Amino acid sequence: MTETTTLYEQLGGEAAVNAAVDIFYRKVLSDHRINRFFDDVDMAKQAAKQKAFLTMAFGGPHNYTGEDMRKGHAHLVKLGLDDSHFDAVIENLGATLVELNVPQELIAQVAAIGESTRNDVLGR
Amino acid sequence: MSLKTIKLNDREIACQEDDSVLDALLRDNIDIPNNCRKGVCQSCMIRSLDNAPPAASQKGLTDVLQHQNYFLACLCYPEQDMTISLNKPKDFFTETTVIDKKLLNSDILLLTLKCSTPLDYYAGQFVNLKRHDGLQRSYSIANNHLLNPDSLTFHIRKLKDGLFSEWAYQELAVGDTLDISDPQGLCYYLPNQLDQNLMLIGTGSGLAPLLGIISEALHQGHRGDIHLFHGSREIEGLYLIEEMQQLTQQYQNFYYTPCLSSETLANGFAKGRAHDVAMSNIPSLKDWRIYLCGHPDMVHQAKRQAFLKGSAIQNIYADAFHVGTASVK
Repeated sequence: MTETTTLYEQLGGEAAVNAAVDIFYRKVLSDHRINRFFDDVDMAKQAAKQKAFLTMAFGGPHNYTGEDMRKGHAHLVKLGLDDSHFDAVIENLGATLVELNVPQELIAQVAAIGESTRNDVLGR
Repeated sequence: MSLKTIKLNDREIACQEDDSVLDALLRDNIDIPNNCRKGVCQSCMIRSLDNAPPAASQKGLTDVLQHQNYFLACLCYPEQDMTISLNKPKDFFTETTVIDKKLLNSDILLLTLKCSTPLDYYAGQFVNLKRHDGLQRSYSIANNHLLNPDSLTFHIRKLKDGLFSEWAYQELAVGDTLDISDPQGLCYYLPNQLDQNLMLIGTGSGLAPLLGIISEALHQGHRGDIHLFHGSREIEGLYLIEEMQQLTQQYQNFYYTPCLSSETLANGFAKGRAHDVAMSNIPSLKDWRIYLCGHPDMVHQAKRQAFLKGSAIQNIYADAFHVGTASVK
């Protein structure tokens, strides 16, 4: 591996996202702190969104903008989505990667990318 | 010879080399939903009406979507000219004749129709039945096309004040004609994984598509276990109980659990809602294929339960029976 290898490549690219998406989504749906926000969603569509989110958090190709994040979560902010819920999602993301034996330093990078969306997700 | 032509309705769109179908459509100002353009979000999924699309453009789609030639426009670099549709195919109606009508229980009518020409359908799909004045309702196909390519059976549940069901009960007679749409829907059986375990959960007349799927799976020589859970509040809401029990005698990989959610307890019936019974009976659904048909709440809850029990989302097939306001007077 050269120094120019991207985070996405180090994690294993699309295959890694595919391995992570179901684990991550199961954790989120089982988490009583946040699963009510997913009560009314279509699971197949939500899984596609989770995949797009993970691809982004893994440093992969994406077209997410801050504006998309704001629009996509505005209805949840009205229902009380706040920092504690955001923290729970980031925690689940980390736990997913631990389960997949991803090295700590890469997990920290993924968490940092996830973290960078906080203000947009929470509409601030 | 790198230029390919994409036919869409009556338009012809040129697709240059190195252009995806999405690029070509957008260049021609065709309004098509799209977002990530990398095959992730699936918002640009469309359908080829003639040839199978390139395999690379079907990456990540469920097997039934692939089977129906759906593909992602952003990943599709045509290998030949294509005819595509951005919408569901327009309803095309075929005339059928009623050849049988009988009650399965006090609320469910078994209707058998014969098509003038064999219809390309899969058990578990649905069609719209259309009365001569245009009144239409969707019903699932309950039989197996391998046994009866030109006849179709439906379970018509009698709805209080249901315009169509009342009419089917009271007035529709053997020998009458009835128009049916082309079969639609993706909740059906494909004989591509004969060893996969199947779980089928249905409430009320949600048994109809499941029956067709089971019949087809058994007919195709399915080797994995097939578990059917059929639920209703009271015993009277269930039907074909003896037939299902007989089937368990005939096929050792077929299991049938009738479930009653009311307080009454009856011998031979599991107590509880069908999806709760099903989920508590099977410890892990990893690598299973799940079919859910019937009440929308059951379908919604069971989807999540099945996923949390280890089933992959693309292995969960569902058909929620919505009784819209349009279906009552």
